[in-house]
Amino acid sequence: MAKLLHMPEVSANATHAAIQNWSLKEGDAINAGDCIAEIETEKALVELAAEEDAVLGKILVEPGREVEVGAPIGVLFARGETDVDIAALLAKAGALSAANEPVVDEAPVRQARAEVTPLIDAPTPGRVFASPLARRLAAAKGLDLTHLKGSGPNGRIVKRDVEAVPVAAAASTPAPTPVSTSEFDEIPHSSMRKTIARRLVESKATVPHFYLELECRMESLLALREQVNQSAARKISINDFIVKAVAVALKQVPAMNVTWTDSALRRYHQVDVCVAVSTDSGLITPVVRHADSKALSQISAEVAQLAERARDARLRPEEYQGGSFTISNLGMFGVEQFSAIINPPQAAILAVGATQQKPVVENGELKVGSVLRCTLSVDHRAVDGALAAQWLAVFKGLLENPLGMLI
Amino acid sequence: MSEMKFDVIVVGGGPGGYVAAIRASQLGLRTALVEKAQLGGVCLNWGCIPTKALLRSADVLRLIGRAGSFGIEVGPARPDLQAIVKRSRDVAGQLHRGVSGLMKKHRVQVFNGHARLDGPQRLRVTGEQGDLSLAAPHIILATGARARVLPGMEPDGKHFWTYRQALVPDSVPKRLVIVGGGAIGIEFASFYHALGAQVSVVEMADRILPIEDQEVSAYVAQALTRDGIRLYTGCVLQGSQVEQGVVQLRLEGSSNQTLQADVVLVAAGIVGNVEDLGLEGTGVKVQHSHVLVDEYCRTGEPGVYAIGDLAGAPWLAHKASHEALICVEKIAGHSPQPLDPRSVPACTYSHPQVASVGYTEAQARSAGKTLKVGKFPFGANGKAIAMGATEGFVKVVFDAHSGELLGAHMVGEEVTEMIQGYTMARGLETTEAELIESILPHPTMSEAMHEAVLAAYGRALHG
Repeated sequence: MAKLLHMPEVSANATHAAIQNWSLKEGDAINAGDCIAEIETEKALVELAAEEDAVLGKILVEPGREVEVGAPIGVLFARGETDVDIAALLAKAGALSAANEPVVDEAPVRQARAEVTPLIDAPTPGRVFASPLARRLAAAKGLDLTHLKGSGPNGRIVKRDVEAVPVAAAASTPAPTPVSTSEFDEIPHSSMRKTIARRLVESKATVPHFYLELECRMESLLALREQVNQSAARKISINDFIVKAVAVALKQVPAMNVTWTDSALRRYHQVDVCVAVSTDSGLITPVVRHADSKALSQISAEVAQLAERARDARLRPEEYQGGSFTISNLGMFGVEQFSAIINPPQAAILAVGATQQKPVVENGELKVGSVLRCTLSVDHRAVDGALAAQWLAVFKGLLENPLGMLI
Repeated sequence: MSEMKFDVIVVGGGPGGYVAAIRASQLGLRTALVEKAQLGGVCLNWGCIPTKALLRSADVLRLIGRAGSFGIEVGPARPDLQAIVKRSRDVAGQLHRGVSGLMKKHRVQVFNGHARLDGPQRLRVTGEQGDLSLAAPHIILATGARARVLPGMEPDGKHFWTYRQALVPDSVPKRLVIVGGGAIGIEFASFYHALGAQVSVVEMADRILPIEDQEVSAYVAQALTRDGIRLYTGCVLQGSQVEQGVVQLRLEGSSNQTLQADVVLVAAGIVGNVEDLGLEGTGVKVQHSHVLVDEYCRTGEPGVYAIGDLAGAPWLAHKASHEALICVEKIAGHSPQPLDPRSVPACTYSHPQVASVGYTEAQARSAGKTLKVGKFPFGANGKAIAMGATEGFVKVVFDAHSGELLGAHMVGEEVTEMIQGYTMARGLETTEAELIESILPHPTMSEAMHEAVLAAYGRALHG
């Protein structure tokens, strides 16, 4: 029997998502487990997997269009089924929604099964009933009619409905139309870009940052790394050591493994460290969970795999959600030192520069040393300067005596 | 005395009341209707319908009068007033019986008698069957209105008439003065003029049909004057007295003449039938002889509603019927939309006819709107020329910014049958774009409606 395919809730609290592309076309046979479509959320691309053998009967939402989570996006026919009344199916879905019954024929998301909450069927999107005058007035206001509730016959959107929308509200939902002139091209924001913008503004504007800078001597670590890499199946990077050192330092100074909430300070039992990864469409911070208890080789493999998946926009929500601390490393670009914006709701971020040979003074003598400069950005609401300095000292100790983090 | 219980009781069987009763019954409510005179009310028995029958006779007479212009030779036509009036009464009678049938079909229990509110949710009906007590949580008052009586001109059936007497004349008065240049006055002016009376119209406002668009008023005034009807606008009556069987009417204002009349027809507005309804001591508020209501026809008294003429202007049957639907559907828990007075069409069945909906050009301008106005004469319409009906024009008023059809105004033959096109366009909120893209049948007079829209945007094809 034909079933509706719904937009899954691929990331927590996302109300809307867009089909990035349909992996199949109408009429294609689907085997259970096949990827039907890729869904773009605020953070990543997620594959929508088929739960059972079927045929992709009808595509209801074209790629790129954002729809509400739970909205029908396609129709799955049973194998061999041809004569399907799609309108009736949609109408039935609308009726179910009225009765507030959870939908049973919803397709799961393969990778993010745990994240998917039972969906409620949303009213059928698609055709908008609006008078010509209402359409024109809405266009003049830059108003999206799909967000309006109509008061005319059978919910038709009429003039008074458009006029009832305050101008400010209308202005907040302009239709993004890419513009190109001889002077510039306008590239519409992806939902990922919008999320980055929103969260960083929120962080800079509401989180009281303070910064601690520190130099670490890297000779021991570089020596150990060389030794390790001689026998390691895959090369361990300096960053892998830094992830491990951050994790062990957080374990040793648990007062730093916190996030601020309005009502309480949240102190974590588990050490999950995020690593900022730059991708073509923006920044994402996959999580290395239990990083304190993982072997360097394990961390290395995990970070490499997460970074690759991030660049392919294939991270699953649980791979980038959570974590209490982020490492941002621009050392590979030769950046000596920088300071980073905290990734809310976390309480700190460590900005890591390049390891460079520099003149250092050691026991009153000028020498050439390998130096790494770090800047720790801290949420002052959650952590005071002394505590942050204490943590940074532990971190520095681990980097300079790397065997300490391996024990 | 036993009490009969209903869900809804409607007081008054006119186009407001009987429609309310039918709709209530359709929605599954136990419904009663109380009528003290005839089902169908003034509209059907003494208004809209019988006047249309009279005016049809006048049209036929007028058409025969110019039969020669169509190549038909006929002898002189002679109106038979008695037969004309009889036909009018027969038409009203047929429709009256139709409403009775509708009440039976919809299981509306009809009581003949006069109803008064008698405590909360109760009515006392006094009639041929004796006193009855009816009870319902919802009581809809639809008692209508009557002609305003001017002091010193109380209708006597001889020298002073209201529309009542004007509908059933024994003879055609030689000199008829009509007081009031609104729709009713102008319709009777057309009828009695066609039947040979010397007709004068006295209007207080500076133009006849004062609620219509100024261009429409001016066109009709010119047409009536050309036919020989005298119009005294901007005049008030200073006094009247009957001397030797002739009424002397002193005017004051733009003319200070004294008019002689054999009959004076008073058509100077109407007053609501608010008396003896038991409204005293209830929350029902009356202002200027009309009951005050909200957008769902609710009065200040819970469970008491007022619709139609009783609830105020515009005094039109179709407004009453529409209010009936809004009122009853609200009672039944539906979500009707309040009436938009700018979407109520108005028709005058004079010669030439007038029909309009929405804003006049002046109203739209004073509302601060930027306009696109288009006009198209029937004289440039092929069908109108073929029909010998080139009088009049179509005028449309658009909001220049939104393209909203603000108003439409028509003068000419059978324009009352055509205004519905614009009424629907307004109701559906079409803009000029959809109207311009619509295909109207050729050859019809309605093509002028399309051309007027084109004209508003500077692209009329035949103008």
